[in-house]
Amino acid sequence: MDADSVAWERRSVVRVVPPVEPRKLAKVPFVELADGRLQGVVSSGSDISRVYVSSITAGTHALSCSTNNNRPCGGLHGSACKHLHALAGEAVLQYGLDRVARYLRVEVSEGGSLMGCLNGRPERAQAAVVFSRFLRHLAYLEVPDSTEPLPELHWFPAMAGVR
Amino acid sequence: MLDAQCGELLRAEPPGVAEALDVVAGFDDALVHGFARLREEQAAALGALRDAAAGSPLGDGVAEAVEKTIAGSASHGNLAVLAGGRAALFGAVHDALLASLDGALGRTRATWQAPAVASDPAASAAASASAGAPATEGGASPETPPTGGSASAPEPGGATPGALAGAVAGASAGAVDNLLGGCRSWLSEVAIAGWRGVDHDLVSAADQAIEALLAVPHLRGLAVLLDGLAAELRASSPVATAERLPARRWADLWTRALLLSQSPSPGARAEGSGGGPADSWRGGAEAVSGRLLILGADVHEHGTAVRVQVHGLLDTGDGSPYRLVRTSVAAAKVDTIVGPAVWRLFTGHPVLMGALAEHRSVEIESMVLLGGGDLLWRDDHARLGEAADPFTTARVALGTAVAPPVPPLDRHPVRIAEPVLVEGYTTDGHTFDLGGNALAVDLDRLPSCGPLTPELVAASSACLGLLRWDGGRWLLQPMAVQATVKRKPVALHTGDWAMGPTDPKVVKAEAKAGDVVAVLRERAGRLLRQ
Ligand SMILES: [Zn+2]
Repeated sequence: MDADSVAWERRSVVRVVPPVEPRKLAKVPFVELADGRLQGVVSSGSDISRVYVSSITAGTHALSCSTNNNRPCGGLHGSACKHLHALAGEAVLQYGLDRVARYLRVEVSEGGSLMGCLNGRPERAQAAVVFSRFLRHLAYLEVPDSTEPLPELHWFPAMAGVR
Repeated sequence: MLDAQCGELLRAEPPGVAEALDVVAGFDDALVHGFARLREEQAAALGALRDAAAGSPLGDGVAEAVEKTIAGSASHGNLAVLAGGRAALFGAVHDALLASLDGALGRTRATWQAPAVASDPAASAAASASAGAPATEGGASPETPPTGGSASAPEPGGATPGALAGAVAGASAGAVDNLLGGCRSWLSEVAIAGWRGVDHDLVSAADQAIEALLAVPHLRGLAVLLDGLAAELRASSPVATAERLPARRWADLWTRALLLSQSPSPGARAEGSGGGPADSWRGGAEAVSGRLLILGADVHEHGTAVRVQVHGLLDTGDGSPYRLVRTSVAAAKVDTIVGPAVWRLFTGHPVLMGALAEHRSVEIESMVLLGGGDLLWRDDHARLGEAADPFTTARVALGTAVAPPVPPLDRHPVRIAEPVLVEGYTTDGHTFDLGGNALAVDLDRLPSCGPLTPELVAASSACLGLLRWDGGRWLLQPMAVQATVKRKPVALHTGDWAMGPTDPKVVKAEAKAGDVVAVLRERAGRLLRQ
């Protein structure tokens, strides 16, 4: 290991989680790279209280999309539905193409699109797990503010985003 | 800060710091490998920690804990003592660094007053017996009515007993004990596995505890700490094959989490001090009134938390010297709320945000000031005052202000954030040259929610910042700069966008992304209650 790495390992404050880019959330409020999948929640265009849970599995690139009540998406036959396209598009905005492609283990040629390089098959996946992760995500917005000193937060300085 | 003061600060390397940090590095390496897989090298490192603690009040405990850990039979209690030993080393380093900073700057610092509420049941019983009444220091007594004036009785409500009532309603003392026990178990498992042995399942095992902690106001610090650590472990997985690991950082977080996870002793709880481990850490509280002159804002953030910490001078109007204080507001968030959008989470504190955005002073009435200089912010106890330029405040009053002491258990170099004004320097954009003394600027700490950029730092002629220390050196974190841009003088502050961005380019970009906080709140309102 070089001297820079040793110095990095001996600092209390270093960035470990890469920054995410801001993006619109109206259509795809939730995207994550977790549990071996790119997964997320896509709002229905027609029914405000319905959402689709969509995912792409790393490695096999299996595709899945269903409503939060586990009804299969009518648009997913043979090829990806519009929800999966939206999910992939927003994931690339949020994390950058490199990071998403690396996670899914797919080669995307210079100037190519992520979805264009995936040819996985539709597969039923449990929407409930992802949907409950989305609800847990939303629950953060309901945690009350704190005015306690919280010295712990000195380990987590706000750092520059992607400029 | 004058050139000579800067020179003295940079030259003074307190004796023993490097040696103490070498001992810490050995311990941190043992934590990378895992206590279940200690080789001779790591066992020797633990031995060095034992030797460093020898002769201190922790000496015997650390010696026993090291022996048990090497033998593979350490209890949770033994691990907590190891964490205590590591924290004590950092405490000593912190104290030496802060003393050298105070010496170089000529900064006066008040001495720490131990709270009347002791965590030791016997001492605590004695304290309340001698007081002959419920203690009024350390945990504000709920019977005391709010009063005006400075340095009078502590004020109930707000984040002390009021928050406690919420916590108790949501989680009984028994439930809190179970929760803390769960945290201790998880931290023990992590230590046994070592960072290299942490897998997805082990990280996920903390999820439930984190969720439960977030619901208990007085355990918020532990919640945000573990949530941040878990996210970093996830982002680094598979940790086993990661090229390099933030060994110091994760060991810091592990240590702090384990100390915060210790259940309060029955005595401390009987005092009605809040039942949280943090309560005996905070020192005496007093109610203060007066004028708060803002120096600047420091922003802390990870995926699910953001906090604005404001540094300022408190003028209590009674002729006593101005006091350096910090006051803060933290909000929970999600990772997609980034950049200037984070200010939208603080709309419930319009006075503080307005003062930041408009460079105004604040008149405060009867707010709780903790022993460590933290003012527990209450927007309903504050009103906007007159215009007050932070640079003027610093030039006129920072030099003679009295700094607060640091609560013993918070003494870690990472907490050092001392406001200073530097001017009359030349800069290459990375360091400020003050009469031949090169002070490094922490350019990583220019948050994306504010207007400061590396270009502005490079064009600056004066900087209001926080002196910090990490990786063996002092750094200056800018909170505001005066610079010349397109031949015009400008002054920009981290908190300038607290009421929304003012830079047209940023306004446009924000408008394009829409109000992400409103979108998520709508989704939460609709889906969480389905
Ligand atoms: Zn679909």
